[in-house]
Amino acid sequence: MTHRVRSAIGPVARFICRRLAIGLLTIWAISVLSFTIIQLPPGDFVSNYVARLSQTGGVGTAEDVARLRADLGLDRPAYVRYVHWAWNVLHGDFGRSLDLERPVSELISERLGLTLLVALGGLFFAWVFALPIGIYCASHRGSIAEYVLTVIGMVGMAVPAFLLSLFAMYVAFRYFDVDLGTVQSPQYLDAPASLGKTVDLIRHLILPTAILGLGAMTRLFRILRANLLDEIGKPYVVTARAKGMRELALIVKYPTRIALNPFVSTVGLMLPQLVSGSLIISLVMSLPTLGPLLLRALLAQDMFLAGAIMLVLATLTVVGMLISDLLLAWLDPRIRLQY
Amino acid sequence: MLDRAAAVLDAQPVLEVRDLRVHFDDYDGIVRAVDGVSFQVMPGRTVGIVGESGCGKSVMARSILRIVDRGSRVVGGSVLLRRRSGVEDLMQLEPDSRPMREIRGREIALVFQEPMTSFSPVHTVGSQIIEAVRLHSGSSRAEARREAIRQLEHVGTPHPGYIMEQYAWQLSGGLRQRAMLAMALVGGPSVLIADEPTTALDVTTQAQVLELLHSLQHQSGMALMLITHDFGVVAQIADDVVVMYLGRVVEQGPADAIFHDPRHPYTRALLSSMPSVIAKPRARLATLPGAVPHPLNRPPGCAFHPRCASAIPGRCDRDTPRQSVVQPSHSVNCHLYHEADPT
Repeated sequence: MTHRVRSAIGPVARFICRRLAIGLLTIWAISVLSFTIIQLPPGDFVSNYVARLSQTGGVGTAEDVARLRADLGLDRPAYVRYVHWAWNVLHGDFGRSLDLERPVSELISERLGLTLLVALGGLFFAWVFALPIGIYCASHRGSIAEYVLTVIGMVGMAVPAFLLSLFAMYVAFRYFDVDLGTVQSPQYLDAPASLGKTVDLIRHLILPTAILGLGAMTRLFRILRANLLDEIGKPYVVTARAKGMRELALIVKYPTRIALNPFVSTVGLMLPQLVSGSLIISLVMSLPTLGPLLLRALLAQDMFLAGAIMLVLATLTVVGMLISDLLLAWLDPRIRLQY
Repeated sequence: MLDRAAAVLDAQPVLEVRDLRVHFDDYDGIVRAVDGVSFQVMPGRTVGIVGESGCGKSVMARSILRIVDRGSRVVGGSVLLRRRSGVEDLMQLEPDSRPMREIRGREIALVFQEPMTSFSPVHTVGSQIIEAVRLHSGSSRAEARREAIRQLEHVGTPHPGYIMEQYAWQLSGGLRQRAMLAMALVGGPSVLIADEPTTALDVTTQAQVLELLHSLQHQSGMALMLITHDFGVVAQIADDVVVMYLGRVVEQGPADAIFHDPRHPYTRALLSSMPSVIAKPRARLATLPGAVPHPLNRPPGCAFHPRCASAIPGRCDRDTPRQSVVQPSHSVNCHLYHEADPT
């Protein structure tokens, strides 16, 4: 044998370990970055607070301001504040929201579920529709149906989400009697969990999810179509045909499998895009997701809240990337066995 | 062996191509890739289809199996396949129909030039062979697996069980082409079309693969249609030769006749451009001037006349040459071998 065993663990385990390490490093870098960005604008929470106070006729003396700063730890140098913050985050304490005066972890956790639900729902929507449409368009190139689907895709990509949201809200309210301005119908607001409540929630979430997923879907299906068109002319497709496979079966089994690579690697990018992309839709449809909360925290220079949300988004990005890397390795032996 | 003897005795072609015409649409017009090709493939014999690149050899091979690319279409002619159930014209079948798919791989199998790209890079070699087995038999996965291993052994791969688990890009060129052959042979085809099967291989591997093809053919009695641009390859294993130029047959006959008594100037030019061990040292190798014209600009008359040293002005550039029989089973399409038509 010419090749020797390079390490005790297999190539797949090595691959996963390396990706995990890179992911952790990325999260750390992003925590530094987001902390810095929060500090960048002139002024801090206290100067903001004083400005708001004086607008409403209140007065803050210089000593009051200094004491407030000291209480909040804002008088210490930035790196000390970062270390302090990071240490607490590692112990599950994200600090208190200076603006809303509640623990950040509480604020985030009550919105994280819905945020993830909408984002993953959007991703699911994008995948489920992009896959068959992409395959159809590639295998029926030049047909009328392909042109129609391409035009719809273009429109879906070009129309801004808020416009679609407003339109969808109008249609839903006018014709289906669903008020999309809320997440739950009034009668379920304080009701305990039940089948009816779940159905009601889904009814309210279908449209925002679909609108969110539509943009991602049109991008995905165009990527898939282009990749598939590249692959369909390859010799291994002709081989499969010469074996006597059915046309649809061979397209799904061979070129689609390889065209999936870029498709899968976009998952990592899609996930955070969907989370932050839900901001406008959430604002228009008043969905309590993380997006509007982040906007509010940034406007109020509520640094603990803003930093924590950014960290959560960054972690989602890294997790998304990790998932797509693992999926890629699972799908493609060239990645699994060569790197 | 009895089958083979019987097949040779009744001397009916297993595959007969008659006046096959395949066109495809280019941006600038219609390309006549195959323009009236006729020849026969006898059971147990090897036909070498020779010509420079762009002569329509590969398109013709794919047309026989009805797997031409989108935009190409068979516009005329017939391909008659002799089966147990009788003679069938493949050109009358729908390309993606069940009867056509049952012929692919089972009656007529195809091996390509580039075994690297002819296997899917993300499926193991084994899974692709197993799939081929199962497409043409109702066997279970385990049976199909055993059959795949048996075929790999049959084509002379060492450690077939190990090869099964590999991806094509993990194997050497020679092993890849052997695995490709194993996959093509699982259906027990009566005709094997090999499209430049040795072009991507180095010379020693090339010889091994040709030898393998020859012995496999000998054992099973199948017919072999070998497409190549290399007369050297033809010389090694072909019984009959069909020389093509720009989608048409210019000369065909038994290999002996073609090599020792070539008639068409194109055949002669191809043969004299072949290096030979009996040539004088330092002798310059003859080259064929010019290149194959684009099929869209097919020269009028005999398509070869602009490159032909013996072209007859006023005739070769005007009239399409008809077929002249120079010997039984040896024919040539050239004005040098028949009188001018009375006009």
